[in-house]
Amino acid sequence: MVENTKCECGHNNPVGTILCEYCGKPLQQEVIEKSSIENEMRYEGAARRSQQSVMSLFDRVWAFFSSVKVAISLIVITLILSAVGTIFPQEEFVGAASKELFYQQEYGWWGATFYQLGLSKMYSQWWFASLIAMIGISLVICSLDRVVPLYKALKGQKVIKNIEFMKRQRIHVAVEVATDEEEAKLAELEQQLNNHRYHIQRDGKAILAEKGRFSRWGPYINHIGLIIFLFGILLRFIPGWNIDSFVNLIEGETKRVPQTEYYVKNEKTVAEYYRPEELPPAMKSGGGEVIKKYQTDAVLLKKVPGSNEMKEVTRHEIQVNDPLTYEGLNLLQSDFRPQQLRGIKLGITDKNTKQSKGQFTVVFHEISLHQVYQVGDLKVRMEEYYPDFAIENQRPITKSQEPNKPAFIFTIQKPDGKEEKSWVISGERLPDPEGNQYGIDLAGFDLANQTGLMVRAEKSLWVYLVGGIIFMIGVTMGSYWQHRRVWARVDDGVLYIGAHTNKNWFALRRELEMVGKPIGQVFGLVENEKE
Amino acid sequence: MKTTMEYFLFATFFLYLFSAVVFLVGVSGAKKKGNAERVKKWGKAGIILAIIGVTLHVAFIIIRIMLSGHFPTSNMFEFIAFLCFAVVLGFIIVFFIYRSFVLGAFVMPIAVILLSYATVFPRDVQPLIPALQSSWLYIHVTTAAIGQGLFGVSFVAGLVYLIHKVGNRDKSKSAISLELIFLVLIMFGSFSIVSTIFQMTGYQATFKHVYKGAEVVQEYKLPAIVSPYESKTVKMDSFAGMSKPLFESPKVFQGEKAASKLNSVLWSIVSGLIIYAIYFAIARKRLGKLLHPLVQKLNLELMDEIVYRSIVIGYPIFTLGALIFAMIWANQAWGRPWGWDPKETWAFITWMFYSAYLHLRLSRGWHGEKSAWLAVVGFAIILINLIVINLVISGLHSYT
Repeated sequence: MVENTKCECGHNNPVGTILCEYCGKPLQQEVIEKSSIENEMRYEGAARRSQQSVMSLFDRVWAFFSSVKVAISLIVITLILSAVGTIFPQEEFVGAASKELFYQQEYGWWGATFYQLGLSKMYSQWWFASLIAMIGISLVICSLDRVVPLYKALKGQKVIKNIEFMKRQRIHVAVEVATDEEEAKLAELEQQLNNHRYHIQRDGKAILAEKGRFSRWGPYINHIGLIIFLFGILLRFIPGWNIDSFVNLIEGETKRVPQTEYYVKNEKTVAEYYRPEELPPAMKSGGGEVIKKYQTDAVLLKKVPGSNEMKEVTRHEIQVNDPLTYEGLNLLQSDFRPQQLRGIKLGITDKNTKQSKGQFTVVFHEISLHQVYQVGDLKVRMEEYYPDFAIENQRPITKSQEPNKPAFIFTIQKPDGKEEKSWVISGERLPDPEGNQYGIDLAGFDLANQTGLMVRAEKSLWVYLVGGIIFMIGVTMGSYWQHRRVWARVDDGVLYIGAHTNKNWFALRRELEMVGKPIGQVFGLVENEKE
Repeated sequence: MKTTMEYFLFATFFLYLFSAVVFLVGVSGAKKKGNAERVKKWGKAGIILAIIGVTLHVAFIIIRIMLSGHFPTSNMFEFIAFLCFAVVLGFIIVFFIYRSFVLGAFVMPIAVILLSYATVFPRDVQPLIPALQSSWLYIHVTTAAIGQGLFGVSFVAGLVYLIHKVGNRDKSKSAISLELIFLVLIMFGSFSIVSTIFQMTGYQATFKHVYKGAEVVQEYKLPAIVSPYESKTVKMDSFAGMSKPLFESPKVFQGEKAASKLNSVLWSIVSGLIIYAIYFAIARKRLGKLLHPLVQKLNLELMDEIVYRSIVIGYPIFTLGALIFAMIWANQAWGRPWGWDPKETWAFITWMFYSAYLHLRLSRGWHGEKSAWLAVVGFAIILINLIVINLVISGLHSYT
């Protein structure tokens, strides 16, 4: 069945139109019966795709996501789930090795259930992501469904409106005017509205006064900002888009920055505490020291192509809140360990004379095989290095690359060119081979501060920023301005006035009182009962 | 200078208090006819006092900046005092849009409760740990707090609306819920009073217990109703014959300061209930009924618009402060704009809640009473983020 949507003013409206696009006359039966059309005014009574009666599958999906009710439900579900996720800590904040056991032991049955339902990784679950995605779809469709008809309606609005349209406004008035006063009244009204910064359009005996129309676009602009923001999140699924790792460096050490072509050198790491006089009494009595500053003097390096040389790229004194930043790569201060084992000091003694020949320091991270240490007139060459020494099948092996129990085989070359081999195993004393002239013994430790740097890169950052700025522009437009319109029309000796605002009716009414006062026309503004 | 600062704080407190009293006196005459002039006169005095109070509050903040070298929003005292400032500031803004005196009669007492609650926490100027040494942090916290202050105003406007609408009702669910809100507000107030008294008398109790394999000492400033889980009493001043804790806290509260916080909560509940019981014994009617005459002549539509408009004004500011600036700071401090830690998550929840509210206003049936309830719930969410997340969750698992 095809609805007849032709208005009596002669305008042909699209199916689904509530108020005639041209003159504003209510078209649908249930609206004609209403005393107020405030709710219909929201989108100027224009036909929206989602309100059409013919439904294809696409239209059904469209209608679903265009509903504000659906949007609100999605928001509410998301916020409730987010809240549930904070009942117990999320897994990333749990240090324990076995997460499952942790939730079980700390929080009993509830904890175990929390873990099993996957709530302990709530914010990275596929269903949480799909909720956010659905909000994104809703944002796009809701906006498109409304902004296009609204734009067309506001752009094409006519000054002369149907009397029924004006009488059904939430704020309206009708006063009789003598024919010879008509023009003066309208001119006065025009003047007063103009004083209140309304833009006036005049068409014969009708006035349309309007201000703040641009605020109507606020919500749509902020939705665009949000969509851009969500797009930034989507980009994170591209492999290599983000880097999120960690590097530990002892002073003097150089390591590769994970997932990049760069290397980072820790030149110096310090921690500084507040002096006692800087602390209030309450904190002093606590006895604990309060940290003032962590700092790592870091150098970012890059290999020169085709060689093993390193070239300095940039350097920075990294502090908390003050990372090293280079082309989107961030190195952030996040851990500090004082006095970590960096190396060991070894001393050489002549067994015959019991005299010390001198010392040398083996720095673990600098070890390379066949490295030679000069001690007095002796040359000590490292033959083998086992960082985490153990014996397996009667052969020396290393359990890991961490220097937990370092062991070495050295060759000592005497000035006359003769060589002798010597084992050094930390924590154990091995008898030197028969006939060795020199013995190597532990003489001390080489300690230094260790820093922990977070390695972060987030290429979506600027996308978020652009989205955020657009959101703020839109939300500011929509929040601090409102779209107010006043229609006035003289018809058959009666001056009809109708007024509409998209929000803050009280403020509009007060403004209209002020508009009315100087004219000596107290607008007995009648309010239609809201539905 | 430190004493000057304290004087400014006290002066601010008393001006807010005077302002509250003046507003209340003005409004309390409103039910008689022809008293509109009287309300106006007293109301004008009330708003002037509030403005002087806010000015002194600004002076307090400036002196504190000079003393500490950083903006005072970095511990509980500083933040709650600033939130109080933001609520009063928000009220002043809304007042000059709508000229509602009734609103002042309810906002100012709540500001007084907030400020006294703030003073329960240690007021020392503390040096900053490295993570807090960032100007983005202050920009982020102050902006967010100003947004929250406006949400606070909408909460109070909602409360006024509800007192008018349901305060006088008998035996309805909403009347009881409203009464519960008053009870919670009383608990905040009574806790502040109780804490102040015990702080002045210098009460102390100390307990020792083992947490995560290390021995921890917990100091109580209030008499111990509840002692830490599996703890030994080191010392406990006697109070009204109470020289031993009444019971031991369950295992969940074994965190570093969890038991002492639980003790504070118990004190708030007990003291609040006692004050309410005394009130009820004297007045013999619900607070809702007592307050109802004050708002009898309320313009409901105006109050509904204030509820909505305060949120509309606060929402962009809150978004900017609690989300956008927060992300900028988080990115600077931890190298990621967002990490779903509880504090961030609850800021997100607050934002989503008010977004839902703004969309609900588009639909029929969500104006008036329902909207007022939502404003109350919204502020409750903010308080959860402020108190529960800061004190309980981060106390139980100390990863913050």
